[in-house]
Amino acid sequence: MLRRAFLSFQQDTSQSATVASPRAGQGDVGALFNPDVAGRPRAPTLESDNDVVVRNTELKLRCNCGCTLDIFTCRTTDFTCTYSPALHREIVALFADGKTSEGVIAAFVDKYGEKILMAPKPEGFNIAGYVVPGAAILTVGGIVAWIIRRRLQRTAEQALDQSLAPLPGPGVTDAEMERLRRELAEMEQ
Amino acid sequence: MTLLGNFALWAALLVGIWGAVLAFSNRWHGRPEIALSITRSVYAVFASCVVASVALWKGIIAHDFNMEYVWAYTSRNLPSGYLFSAFWAGQKGSLLFWAVVLSLFATLAQAMTPRRYAPLLPYVAGVTSAVTVFFVSVMLFSGANPFERLPFTPADGRGLNPQLQNPGMMIHPPMLYLGYISITIPFAFAIAALLSRKLDTGWIHAMRRWMLVSWLFLGVGITLGMWWAYVELGWGGYWAWDPVENASLLPWLTMTAFLHSVMIQEKRGMLKRWNLSLVVGTFLLSIFGTFITRSGVIASVHSFTQSNVGYYFLGFLFLIAVVSYTLLYTRWPLLEADVELESMVSREAAFLFNNLLFVGIAFSVLWGTLFPILSEAVRGTKITVGPPFFNKVNIPLGLLLLALTGIGPLIAWRKASVQNLQRQFAFPVGAGLVVTAVLVALGVRELAPLMTWGLAGFVGGTIAQEFWRGTRARIRMHGETAPVALGRLVGRNRRRYGGYIVHLAMLVYFVAFAGMAFKVQREATLKPGESIELRSPFGHTYTFTHVGISQFKQLNRYVSAATVEVARDGKPDGTIVSEKRQHFTVNELGTEEASFEPSTEVGIRSGLQEDIYIVFAGAVNGTEEAVYRFNINPLVWWVWAGGFILVFGGLITMWPGGGTPVASRRNAQPGYGVELATARQGAE
Repeated sequence: MLRRAFLSFQQDTSQSATVASPRAGQGDVGALFNPDVAGRPRAPTLESDNDVVVRNTELKLRCNCGCTLDIFTCRTTDFTCTYSPALHREIVALFADGKTSEGVIAAFVDKYGEKILMAPKPEGFNIAGYVVPGAAILTVGGIVAWIIRRRLQRTAEQALDQSLAPLPGPGVTDAEMERLRRELAEMEQ
Repeated sequence: MTLLGNFALWAALLVGIWGAVLAFSNRWHGRPEIALSITRSVYAVFASCVVASVALWKGIIAHDFNMEYVWAYTSRNLPSGYLFSAFWAGQKGSLLFWAVVLSLFATLAQAMTPRRYAPLLPYVAGVTSAVTVFFVSVMLFSGANPFERLPFTPADGRGLNPQLQNPGMMIHPPMLYLGYISITIPFAFAIAALLSRKLDTGWIHAMRRWMLVSWLFLGVGITLGMWWAYVELGWGGYWAWDPVENASLLPWLTMTAFLHSVMIQEKRGMLKRWNLSLVVGTFLLSIFGTFITRSGVIASVHSFTQSNVGYYFLGFLFLIAVVSYTLLYTRWPLLEADVELESMVSREAAFLFNNLLFVGIAFSVLWGTLFPILSEAVRGTKITVGPPFFNKVNIPLGLLLLALTGIGPLIAWRKASVQNLQRQFAFPVGAGLVVTAVLVALGVRELAPLMTWGLAGFVGGTIAQEFWRGTRARIRMHGETAPVALGRLVGRNRRRYGGYIVHLAMLVYFVAFAGMAFKVQREATLKPGESIELRSPFGHTYTFTHVGISQFKQLNRYVSAATVEVARDGKPDGTIVSEKRQHFTVNELGTEEASFEPSTEVGIRSGLQEDIYIVFAGAVNGTEEAVYRFNINPLVWWVWAGGFILVFGGLITMWPGGGTPVASRRNAQPGYGVELATARQGAE
């Protein structure tokens, strides 16, 4: 754990008011009252920090500080990380050497391993990563559709068989037919 | 307090075991006094957990730093609101929180379930007690006891992680926990139905509202998590496909699938096996999420609750999976569908494919989350599976799901005719095409957002048509005014129209998500008085002028506040402040010490069109020259609006009343009432 004493603020430790004497710097670029509590000191922004090609490349590469973020997000979010600014400088230097985005990514994979990529390259076993979910849905969907279709066909055939079945023949008496009609009529009521 | 807390945990453990053993022993059949003992054991477990929780809160509030948990997550200068939320800030406290909430839900399930389902309740009590016993056991036997004492008493605690010192963290974790925990109740009813062989729609009626509660809590918890990530983490987004985020999404997806497919079982007596599998699967995914969060087996930004207790959850997961699916297998022949599907073009078929898609997306997210482990096992190479992977795989599936959200309600039950389809689809398809044409005319060319918004137009058309036709029918039949007809339409068909409001929430979410494809971002270093201009996707020109940095002390932190003056299209539009905060605690000598790395507070101005999102990255060489990151994030406000609509629709859907589907009344299995009479006599 970082341990740092704030001697410059000792006079006011008991106060818990929301604002205690805001102290702005003096003049255009005046010094802060206590730079120690303003986060890690920053270097001024360079043009390369906003370069779209650099940014898009960094979005594809992972910061190796353990944060799980890509380099661009990490360096513009967790301003305490020292890895992502260094990796950013490395990327800018590679671009300055004339490398393309693909070249920079390849150089990073050579140096840090495949884990540096935010998403695995779609080659070899990694293809399974991209294809399996869609293939599983299509396969299961296809099987379900096939089963339903088969059942529907079977039901339709059974219905056809029933409609072609012989009507009550001479073995059925008039009294039985009358009783059938009566019961059907009762059911419909 | 630690003695009382430990005693309460042991009491919960022993009484919980008693209740579970009695429930599963089946000795309560025809023995009302034993059934009553099982119910009372549930109440006793709840009382014990409440005592343990009060003991922990008492220790936190009294600053008893001899308690390891209190020392690790609080400090004397921690604002009182966060003393309250420190209860669940760490692993051990969150396990106790889980146990107490689960025992509360178990008690409510026993007390509030209609008496006609009494034959299910002893088994429900058995399952909830067994799960509570597991959580209490993890606390007592795996080194996760929140009442552990230190060999000495420190003067102050280490304090709470600054990222957790955010109002969102007071409600986001409890909401997620409530969602995860309440899944146990539907699961308990499913297991009770399997054990008692009462596999009609009775168990579904008994647990459906619980499933809705769970779904709503989880949905709200996920949305609040997005909000917390957006306002607190400072990376300018709200969803990063982090494994822990994914773990919360998985049970929500399968629950949503269940809430659709259960309608088929209620109306048509179909998909019984599927529905039981979904409930069991959802519970397993909730335990899997807990395993992911607490094991550290997959790298995640949510690293503050990791330890070896995760492997207890893995063991529990396998045990529950084997027992539940074996039970389901033995009851398989009892779960035949009452009727068969009559047409591929029917509401039932649409729901079936909607379920396939929900479960498919859940599988896809699970697959991506676990793929690094799989790849390492197969190839021996570590890889990262981050947002580019998930976006590539899931965006097409999400769009398909959005399309089905619009298609499902338009297709008739049983079998749809061509005329019916033409009549139903004409307006929604027209609405989708008009929206797409307008966007193309406005210059939108990006395929994914264009498709999302076009489909949103289609879904919006479907929802509007459903409301319009229903309202018009009431006006014609009852002569009501339009607002009255609309109100009564929703009030008397709460499930259906509440569901459409939830669909509207989904539409709003999707529209907002697509907006982030157009976000604008720029870093700049500015001296006081210097400005930078940014043009937003909606065509506004923003001028940001750095005013200065002020420093002051506030509560338990030192604040460096950087102020930016904003002008929109040349007109002054107020100021936005972003901060760096350095938290501190006071050591034995009374000296202040930095307690954590400096944290960043984002300055946000939220609007209907776009958010201005300013991050103060730091000062140059200790001067007032400031490094900023300026973001313009389109449509983010609508994500939170989607959350509110979701809650509104969810509450309407789960509000009591609205009638029972005809088929389920017809298929009601006799027997519940008979046992009820026996149980009541015994109780009296």
